[in-house]
Amino acid sequence: MNAPAYNFAYLDEQTKRMIRRAILKAIAIPGYQVPFASREMPMPYGWGTGGVQVTAAILGPQDVLKVIDQGSDDTTNAISIRKFFAKTAGVATTTSTEEASVIQTRHRIPEAALHANQVLVYQVPIPEPLRFLEPRETETRRMHALAEYGLMHVKLYEDIARFGHIATAYAYPVKVNARYVMDPSPTPKFDNPKMDNCPALQLFGAGREKRIYAIPPYTQVVSLDFEDHPFEPYRFNAPCALCGAENSYLDEIVTDDKGSRMFVCSDSDFCEGRQAEGHHGALSAAPYKDKAQGEAQGKDNG
Amino acid sequence: MADQDLRDTDRPLLVAKSLSKSYGRIAACRDVSFSLYPGEVLAIVGESGSGKSTLLQLLSGQLAASGGHVSYRMRDGVTRDLATLGEAERRFLFRTDWGFVHQDPAQGLRMAVSAGANVGERLMAVGWNHYGRIRDTASDWLGRVEIDIARIDDAPRTYSGGMRQRLQIARNLVTEPRLVFMDEPTGGLDVSVQARLLDLLRGLVAELHLAVIIVTHDLVVARLLSHRVMVMKDGRVIETGLTDQVLDDPREPYTQLLVSSILPP
Repeated sequence: MNAPAYNFAYLDEQTKRMIRRAILKAIAIPGYQVPFASREMPMPYGWGTGGVQVTAAILGPQDVLKVIDQGSDDTTNAISIRKFFAKTAGVATTTSTEEASVIQTRHRIPEAALHANQVLVYQVPIPEPLRFLEPRETETRRMHALAEYGLMHVKLYEDIARFGHIATAYAYPVKVNARYVMDPSPTPKFDNPKMDNCPALQLFGAGREKRIYAIPPYTQVVSLDFEDHPFEPYRFNAPCALCGAENSYLDEIVTDDKGSRMFVCSDSDFCEGRQAEGHHGALSAAPYKDKAQGEAQGKDNG
Repeated sequence: MADQDLRDTDRPLLVAKSLSKSYGRIAACRDVSFSLYPGEVLAIVGESGSGKSTLLQLLSGQLAASGGHVSYRMRDGVTRDLATLGEAERRFLFRTDWGFVHQDPAQGLRMAVSAGANVGERLMAVGWNHYGRIRDTASDWLGRVEIDIARIDDAPRTYSGGMRQRLQIARNLVTEPRLVFMDEPTGGLDVSVQARLLDLLRGLVAELHLAVIIVTHDLVVARLLSHRVMVMKDGRVIETGLTDQVLDDPREPYTQLLVSSILPP
């Protein structure tokens, strides 16, 4: 391994200090986007350069790292980032939400309840919730400064006018600590309620846009809505095909070109944990595995 | 105090005192003073480059004056110098008690969001949080500016020029402002559309008892809408008075030139 060629966790110490200062400021002002001198990372923008820098800055040798991409531990992005830190920091890695102390995530919050002493690091593509409504950065900053958030409701109004309900399904705007409106990164709105009063620290890193923001533990996070169109989390109306869970966020997987599909937990750790506990969904392979194992044992005995 | 004995309409809404603005050696606006009363329509006329638009920006607090000041009587009855307002207060004033109608509707509207949201934005900005009520108010206002309610969910970029301008007016009036600034509101519209827009404006101004400061180079607009006229040239007000008086019997040579340059009907 060529680990010694790098500083611990890839970034040099001065860079990490700079990022930590930004993180501290972000924690002090919940929901406020703190500019930072984002570095080039050995991966393309859009693959989590912001999240990786935040993780690198907060990682210690004792930490246990979990990385998920759309809830899953075994997708390319998750595996490469996990390997990256295993290589450059030599930290222990895990797929278990329970055991991890730092969880870097792209677009999901794990199903298992987070606890204090855990840090959730989000990869953020576009940190500015007002971006597509107001193109001028100078103007959006002023709007944040003066807490002028009428425009955010314009977006929700448009949704209702067009679709009859608030059709924003991800990156659903929230108000943090009754002050700043924040983009929760493209997590499904199903996850929004988990951000509220969460015991874990939540950090958001946007590498290309050079912004860091944060939700400190136990902070109020409210999803914006109208009185007559209240916020509602969305979930496909089906149990998980593998573990039978009724309350987890589901991915829709198209299984052939004739319209068949299956719904599976997007959180792979959660789904596998439930299957290990003996929960089975309609398309679970467990009965066949048991049968195959039984036959094999029968042969041995005979 | 004698001041309190006066009726509300007898006290000026906006007072400008020796306003001036210079860009380096160029004086865009020199020593302009006037008072505007509630419900009064004041037209500022003059040729391009005479300082009309600069004056409008000074009056609406968008530009800092080089000299002089503007004071405005707020809704609570207290008259305050605009320069002493904080940015948050000024912006709040701008989206509640004031309106600003731009010559180019694209500047005053959000072209990509629906007409209903354009009208509703100011309401949402002051904390309205009930979709049904916002939409009802927006439809009501679209009706008042003669836009077909069926087009409430269309974006203004699908609207014609005249409709855009009417939508911009609805968007500004929805919070029932007391003072509206207009910068060439009929510029770029054809004559029949202009006439309809002016007719509409005249009706709304009278109905809502609006005070209006309207900048225009078109004396017909001034004639139709305004009670008083200020004629500007080279950044100075050279003549001011009742509209009919100034336009029928101009005193200054420049005003005479302006008036005589209109083709006789």
